[in-house]
Amino acid sequence: MAENLANVLHEQLSEGFPDTHRNNSGEGADRRRVVEGVDQELNGQPPSARPSQRLESEEDEDEELTLKYGAKHVIMLFVPVTLCMVVVVATIKSVSFYTQKDGQLIYTPFPEDTETVGQRALNSILNAAIMISVIIVMTLLLVVLYKYRCYKVIHGWLIISSLLLLFFFSFIYLGEVFKTYNVGMDYITLALIIWNFGVVGMICIHWKGPLHLQQAYLIMISALMALVFIKYLPEWTAWLILAVISVYDLVAVLCPKGPLRMLVETAQERNEPIFPALIYSSTMVWLVNMADTDAESRKKPALNSTTPESQAAPSQSTQGPDDGGFTTDWELRQQETLGHMESSEETRRQVQEMPSARPPAIQSDDSEERGVKLGLGDFIFYSVLVGKASATASGDWNTTLACFVAILIGLCLTLLLLAIFKKALPALPISITFGLVFYFATDNLVRPFMDQLALHQFYI
Amino acid sequence: MTASVFFGCTFIAFGPAISLFLFTIARDPLRVIFLIAGAFFWLVSLLLSSLVWFIAVQISNKENASVQKGLLIFGVVLSVLLQETFRFGYYKLLKRANEGLMALSQEDAMPISIRQLAYVSGLGFGFMSGAFSVVNILADSLGPGTVGIHGDSQHYFVSSAFMTMAIILLHMFWGVVFFDACEKKRWWAVVIVVLSHLLVSCLSFLNPQYEGSLIPAYVVMCVMGMWAFSSAGGSLRNLKLCLTCRDKDFLLANHRPR
Repeated sequence: MAENLANVLHEQLSEGFPDTHRNNSGEGADRRRVVEGVDQELNGQPPSARPSQRLESEEDEDEELTLKYGAKHVIMLFVPVTLCMVVVVATIKSVSFYTQKDGQLIYTPFPEDTETVGQRALNSILNAAIMISVIIVMTLLLVVLYKYRCYKVIHGWLIISSLLLLFFFSFIYLGEVFKTYNVGMDYITLALIIWNFGVVGMICIHWKGPLHLQQAYLIMISALMALVFIKYLPEWTAWLILAVISVYDLVAVLCPKGPLRMLVETAQERNEPIFPALIYSSTMVWLVNMADTDAESRKKPALNSTTPESQAAPSQSTQGPDDGGFTTDWELRQQETLGHMESSEETRRQVQEMPSARPPAIQSDDSEERGVKLGLGDFIFYSVLVGKASATASGDWNTTLACFVAILIGLCLTLLLLAIFKKALPALPISITFGLVFYFATDNLVRPFMDQLALHQFYI
Repeated sequence: MTASVFFGCTFIAFGPAISLFLFTIARDPLRVIFLIAGAFFWLVSLLLSSLVWFIAVQISNKENASVQKGLLIFGVVLSVLLQETFRFGYYKLLKRANEGLMALSQEDAMPISIRQLAYVSGLGFGFMSGAFSVVNILADSLGPGTVGIHGDSQHYFVSSAFMTMAIILLHMFWGVVFFDACEKKRWWAVVIVVLSHLLVSCLSFLNPQYEGSLIPAYVVMCVMGMWAFSSAGGSLRNLKLCLTCRDKDFLLANHRPR
């Protein structure tokens, strides 16, 4: 069931930073300083003189900022995807448990060790068909539940699956790692470790927690899920499933009646963020109660921001046109990590109305998030591809590297398309296509070539 | 075949490249992206050349060892030519993308200059080339075995590591010189880059006589390094000012504002 849920969490990429484009001209002054600061930092050239064509050139500066902010968002996704893949590949290479054939999942009932190639192909096609239909049914179920506001059921489902992942699968993982490295461990210590790990994970993922800890937990559960898939999916079935699921992803997110598109649109209509347990977000979104639409559930800024320099956390909402000691560079970092903040009449009134102990809330009309989001299903399937490549390829590290670079480039292209189209896009198709092409090409064509070169010590 | 061989060879092969990455590229997301794109382009060129080699091997006589060796040499030459072609293609792509961005933004300064792109793309090519050459060898060096038990050279790992380091740095220098030559339309410089790449690769045919391959490769690397330095705007005067910490432009440019 947890596998189903993980399969269901798909790949929709929603994008928050274009609202930096829809600025009103009042923020032009801040923007100007931001751009100048960036110029100084990047090129070491003095900022070019800005004549009074401020209002017209805002669009163009926004384009340049798009490039810089776009690049930053790409890196904000490269790092977690890379980390997840590194964890999976490291585990596959060291812990032999995940490459042993110990049976198959019930969703892929047909065995692949048959006599003829044709029979094997047929079995794998049937397996892939069953798996994909299970995924489709689960996705539709999730969308129906969301549409009819059965939040409790969805919450219960998510909580049960995260419990399974955080406690049971990590217990198995830890056990296998201990076996590999021959570490003796007693059950009491193990129980303490697993209990703490699991409880903190549940809190971070479903409630509130430091941003980096939440991101780390999401990466870990994606890696655990990917390892389960790598272990229990036979070879041909795995490649077929990857191919079919990227096609399904394309259809589900882009077609007007696609389930994932309906999910995203319904969430946007109701102005709620989609379940935090299914999405990796590069900025903080705190949610007290999902169905609660009063002032509680507005976005609160991340107080533990990523830069150590921004110590003056309580005074964030009072940035005005005078510097107040906040240099250009500091402001730039603020805006990158927390999004643009400016005190207006409305926010000042709200701050004054609130009890003073609480951090000030920032109101924004259009999409709240200023980071990029990637569904956990994307992490899982990228890692499955790279993990399978490192587990089964005879070219070993060359194939793994090639798949890794291909997936990153696919993600980069997807984010480029996201910047152009500015709506939720499927993150699987391009990356998985590149990954599969490079896997088969590297394993069959490049590997013999590089082996021969290494044998004679020729260098190209 | 111990951990020390593994770590030693890894740091020899990748040390300069990783430190270059950490100090100059890791902080700027745009440069990281162009680095990975450069690596991707190198990978595609390798794929194409392996495809051609594979087809040639399939239709040839597999028993004849000298034919196979000849085909391998042909594969190496073809791969070098394809790599340089893809470097040129990457240059064209970057120029077009940059021009598009410039037209769009009407800014005087591009977010990343063509020289930085030359450096980053050369390093991307180098990383991928080095990784594909040496990672499998490094992985094998962790396992059990005896080097050269059948009469081959005992210095296999160390020489591979040194050669890889030379190749990575060479790719970076070639990138800088190549892009600069394309910018200034000096096609003779482009031809020299291609020929020096061919030279270094063909010298590796002399392995395992490492004196014949490693030393000339390092000589070529030093020459290309000096050429790249001067084409990027460096000179003896700049170098002296920089090393004695008196170069104000350099200090200002790299001084991160507080």
